Amino acid sequence: MREMLRAALVIARRDFTAVVLSRTFILFLLGPLLPILIGMAFGGLGEKISSTDLRPMVGIAMPASETARLERAHQRLTERMGDQALVRLRRVPLTPAPREQLARADSAVVAILSGSVAHPILTGKPDDLDKMQGDLSLIASAAQAEHTLRLVQVERQEVATSLGAQAQARLLIGRVAQVVMFFLTILLAGMILSNLVEEKTNKIIEILAAAVPIDAIFLGKLMAMLAMSFVGIAFWGGTAFAIFLALHGSASGLPAPAVGWPIFLILAVLYFAMAYTLLGSLFLGIGAQAATVREVQTLNMPVTMGQMLIFFFASYAVDHMGSPAEVAATIFPFSSPFAMIARAAQDDVLWPHLLALLWQAAFVALIIRVGVLLFRRHVMQSGGRWWKNLFRNTTG
Amino acid sequence: MNGDTPAPPLRYALEGHSLVKTFGSFRAVDGVDIAVPAGSIYGVLGPNGAGKTTLLRTLLGIIDPDEGVRSLLGDAAPLRMARQVGYLPEERGLYPSMKAFEAIAFMGALRGLPLKQGRERARAMLEGHGMGGAIDKPIRQLSKGMAQTVQLFGTIIHEPRLIVLDEPFSGLDAINQEKLEALIREQARRGVTILFSTHVIAHAERLCERIAIVAGGRIRFEGTVADARDRLRPQVRLRTKASDGAWRRALPADTVVEDGAWHFALPDDGIEPLLHALLRGHAGIESLSIERPGLHDAFVAIAGEATARQMEEAQAREQDA
Repeated sequence: MREMLRAALVIARRDFTAVVLSRTFILFLLGPLLPILIGMAFGGLGEKISSTDLRPMVGIAMPASETARLERAHQRLTERMGDQALVRLRRVPLTPAPREQLARADSAVVAILSGSVAHPILTGKPDDLDKMQGDLSLIASAAQAEHTLRLVQVERQEVATSLGAQAQARLLIGRVAQVVMFFLTILLAGMILSNLVEEKTNKIIEILAAAVPIDAIFLGKLMAMLAMSFVGIAFWGGTAFAIFLALHGSASGLPAPAVGWPIFLILAVLYFAMAYTLLGSLFLGIGAQAATVREVQTLNMPVTMGQMLIFFFASYAVDHMGSPAEVAATIFPFSSPFAMIARAAQDDVLWPHLLALLWQAAFVALIIRVGVLLFRRHVMQSGGRWWKNLFRNTTG
Repeated sequence: MNGDTPAPPLRYALEGHSLVKTFGSFRAVDGVDIAVPAGSIYGVLGPNGAGKTTLLRTLLGIIDPDEGVRSLLGDAAPLRMARQVGYLPEERGLYPSMKAFEAIAFMGALRGLPLKQGRERARAMLEGHGMGGAIDKPIRQLSKGMAQTVQLFGTIIHEPRLIVLDEPFSGLDAINQEKLEALIREQARRGVTILFSTHVIAHAERLCERIAIVAGGRIRFEGTVADARDRLRPQVRLRTKASDGAWRRALPADTVVEDGAWHFALPDDGIEPLLHALLRGHAGIESLSIERPGLHDAFVAIAGEATARQMEEAQAREQDA
């Protein structure tokens, strides 16, 4: 075992330096930052777009007094319910008929309210009527009871914490952690698919296979790619944190996950490592069977789809803590890291994490072993049925 | 017996008994028995496709045999002894972006040599062989011959007890072949066991103490080069003044005439009875030579004319390339 780890480290070191010291690694590091930089550059535009009022505009074709009553009612309700809650109103001429006004090319309203406050008539497309009918009924009712309607004042009692809000925040943290972990895994683990192609095309594999067990080659490659991922994550994470601090001043206002931020971050790193090595060992095993880069590229699509399915499963589970689906997601090795990080955000019990990490590590070892045996069987054309050699020594 | 008793010296560096390796229905190695004496230079001779590479890979533990047992430096699990073995595969392979000295040190590190030490040795080796200018060059910038030399240095950087070379002369020009032969002899002088495969009989004849002739996945001959030659009787070439006479009855039955001379294998009872007959019959001996057959003749006799021709063609193709 010691010899295998030593050999794995030699291979990991070679792979790591080959990747990190290459010019393309700078592009790899800067790549994910481009969307952030572009986002910041176009931030003003984005804000402008998001502040554009997209609420539907309804024309009021009523006598002036009626219209004024509706506008006052609209004003009162907006003060209570917020800017974005109700449709917008605009005065339109009483003639021609609403149907004709809506048919004109320069019409700026979605529908027209005519008749009177007591008997309003809304003209428009059925879908729009469905959406706006309730709003206009409320406004008209408020207008009709203009002098008698008294809005009740709600007394405020402020508290420092609310468990419901905390639960919501933790759910959000769990979701965000899952998404971040998933994207990092999908971005980084996919690279492992083509990892053995270099050795195969350059005929180096025989030199490696003659010197060290193939398990060590696989493990070394995984270690190198994981280390490279950590360099990337440290760079991206550091940059993102610096941007966050620059924009918000401090991180003290953030809600805390159930296990607290320090443990949560440690668990996030560990679960990422597990998610990465679980998928990575699978990809390495699949990619090792491919003879050319083209074959690897063909494999990319089904592999990505598989990752998506796992993510959807884990993401469904996050909303259903303790449900059979959530338990299944924590047990199924490939979804386990994603489900467990969401659990760490919502539940402060720590022992399941130790269990989950051991479980996931066992599967990493198992998948590597199966990958190695399949590689020996199909690529090196050596060894018998893989399941017969699963727990045998690997020293040739 | 106590723990301090030194282990008896190893008789065979590599052994294989009843080795069988099949690929589908093709038996690449078909019941091979082989024993490479420790400290010897041992050649595995055979045409392309004879099963040489598969045999070496099986002995080294790169692939497992379907049947049979093997032992490498006394261990039945070959990879356990990997640190004491150097292997140059037939298909040369190096990381193109690696610098020459790093590539050598990396290959040493795979076999347990600390990287720092490997780098120092690699620099010294390259400088010592007039390749100082290549030390910091990436492999992709080296010529094919230089890259092969780098790989060879990577094979011996960790000072192995056993060196296995699969077709080491393939692709090398005459000068580099000579250098490689010198290097093999130098390693052998240090007590290293060397096993190499080749389809060029001349290399085996010049270097090897023992050889195995392989054809069709089987070992057709195993022994010293002298043993192989002894399989054939020496050839007699006789030129006489007279073309006919009673003395002709004394010539062996397999005698043929080539370029005006009599050719035949040395009779079992030696040359003296024939000489007496020639003198008595006034044949007039112009010249008489007894030639010991070369390894090539022995190979033809052992492996067959077709196999020998196959090897010669492969060699010619390589030279053309």
